[in-house]
Amino acid sequence: MSAIKIYVPRDAAARSLGADGTAEAILAEAARHGISVQLIRNGSRGMLWLEPLVEIETAAGRVAYGPVSAADVPGLFKANFTAGSAHPLAHGLTAEMPYLKNQERLTYARVGITDPVSLSDYQQHDGFRGLHAALTMSPADIVAVVTDSGLRGRGGAAFPAGIKWKTVLGAAGPQKYIVCNADEGDSGTFSDRMIMEGDPFVLIEGMTIAGIATGATQGYIYLRCEYPDAHKALNEAIASAYGQGYLGADILGSGKRFDLEVRLGAGAYICGEETALLESLEGKRGQVRFKPPLPALQGLFGKPTVINNVITLASVPIILDKGAEYYRSFGMGRSRGTLPLQLAGNIKHGGLVEKAFGLTLREVLYDIGGGSLSGRPIRAVQVGGPLGAYLPESQFDTPLDYEAFAGIKAMLGHGGIVVFDDSVDMAAQARYAMEFCTVESCGKCTPCRIGSTRGVEVIDRMLSGDNPVKQEVVLRDLCETMVHGSLCAMGGLTPYPVISALNHFPEDFHTRKTNALNA
Amino acid sequence: MSTSPKRVIPIKVERASMLSPADQALVGAICERLKTLPGALLPILHEVQGALGYVPDDAIPLIASALNVTRAEVHGVVTFYHYFRTHKPGRHVLQLCRAEACQAVGGAALEAHAKRSLDIDFHGTTADGAITLEPIYCLGNCALGPAALLDDQLQGRVTCERFDALVAAARKEV
Repeated sequence: MSAIKIYVPRDAAARSLGADGTAEAILAEAARHGISVQLIRNGSRGMLWLEPLVEIETAAGRVAYGPVSAADVPGLFKANFTAGSAHPLAHGLTAEMPYLKNQERLTYARVGITDPVSLSDYQQHDGFRGLHAALTMSPADIVAVVTDSGLRGRGGAAFPAGIKWKTVLGAAGPQKYIVCNADEGDSGTFSDRMIMEGDPFVLIEGMTIAGIATGATQGYIYLRCEYPDAHKALNEAIASAYGQGYLGADILGSGKRFDLEVRLGAGAYICGEETALLESLEGKRGQVRFKPPLPALQGLFGKPTVINNVITLASVPIILDKGAEYYRSFGMGRSRGTLPLQLAGNIKHGGLVEKAFGLTLREVLYDIGGGSLSGRPIRAVQVGGPLGAYLPESQFDTPLDYEAFAGIKAMLGHGGIVVFDDSVDMAAQARYAMEFCTVESCGKCTPCRIGSTRGVEVIDRMLSGDNPVKQEVVLRDLCETMVHGSLCAMGGLTPYPVISALNHFPEDFHTRKTNALNA
Repeated sequence: MSTSPKRVIPIKVERASMLSPADQALVGAICERLKTLPGALLPILHEVQGALGYVPDDAIPLIASALNVTRAEVHGVVTFYHYFRTHKPGRHVLQLCRAEACQAVGGAALEAHAKRSLDIDFHGTTADGAITLEPIYCLGNCALGPAALLDDQLQGRVTCERFDALVAAARKEV
């Protein structure tokens, strides 16, 4: 009898709940029972509330068990789980679980299924098909496919990727760069981390295609240092891609060159802003640059540079493989393709959900997410990271679409959805937004650097009952200045969570005022 | 004979480096190996902190000289980034997430418990030298908060009890 394949994720989220201990226990228990097993450390399926999620390969398909702690393992062996048998922790066939079955996984097609650092596994699951297609095309044709697919930057700003690429292709110069923005600093987001840990080759392939399309021969992945697991997975994958001729001086014998290197950030949120990131890559303080010149013309070391988010670049291989029309056929309006949503915070079924644009927030929160983790009513939701607006229940029917969110003065950003129950104090959240800006502002422009500090002070005065009506006027005026006067989105968007909290949850500010006045 | 008051010309004397000869050699070797990389400063600082646990003030002149930049420029970079620290940390570094997703599931209560039970504030080190506590803004474990990073290992669903268990285990390790 051949060895039974058992999958235990190596994803950092699974490991944060003891996946390594579970894996060790499975090997020990299998040896004790004399059962031959092959343990594969896969990426996460994205059903994070079930981590560590263990899967057994059976004739009918992979069967899921979770959450499996090391202490559960002897009982599972007793119940004969290596044959896929019933158990209180069993969830049946993984692919049939509703959370997964109802998704549209394009970019994440392989995540959780393959061994992330096995190049042969990647090839067997349609890997490098996009690169092979790109190698038969002219650079202008590759750029045209990306433009036609409707792919927009997934980092948050939603700028059409094809237009950026076209500018770099048209820029003259002996040296151009592809830079991947992997400084995923928004709270509530982990889609970049999951793909870098769960399918690093797809990012390598996407960046290589970008290089071929624009004439860039050097790529950098700027990775936040908070992600040590992703760093390890990327470096392993890059080494084997070099070994098999997918990176280097002569990619697959095409005569085209592309080199790739991971560089670590150092805990500065602002380095997720593209020009600050470029400064940081150059070895400087991560301060925002004035634009123009655009990075596409004068970017890294002053050379033409494509700078895209992880998910943007990781979506390119499937577009080149299946065509622009296929990708375009998902989504709504001007938001084409799929968006990996990340359900986070106080949510029962937190995890990664890749769906076409167009679901409403309510469907995501209740039908997919199962409501709050605490079981209390959901009161507020912050979408798009620490610079995103807080949405009240009355806005939960907004479809997830870039334009629809912009229409309610909110933003979809990187697809992170952070859920709060009714125990949240929205005045404290507003204060935190300003405080975060004081900690993370790069200091280059005054509205952001000074405005955020004044913002914390004004909110404090407001909440202490010091002439609150007047303070609110000052706060709104200050926010107006920050929105219009800041150099980048850090200072320009910090007012969004503040003003939305003030507009939609005034009672949190007023109750305090009344209490303070009565005290 | 009248004596006019003597004018004292201040001469700046370089203080001797506090770095041991072994550490100086180590920083020198890191600089030598990495200095030709484009944008070499961050990679060098990462390696120095990785080897010594922090970026000592006295490493700055060595790095500046290797890269042919001013000390002020290196100092400016070291102090810009939250990750680089200029003081030796405890044997373990425990970073607690302060971001919104962790706040939504009790992050603030955990933060208060951590400071109280370790009897230190953020950036402090416990009296026994075992733990340095630091804030961090998002670890990408937002569906399983509150999250923490103990040295290089991510932790999820960190309740106060789990926090105490992690600290106790870390204290036992040398």
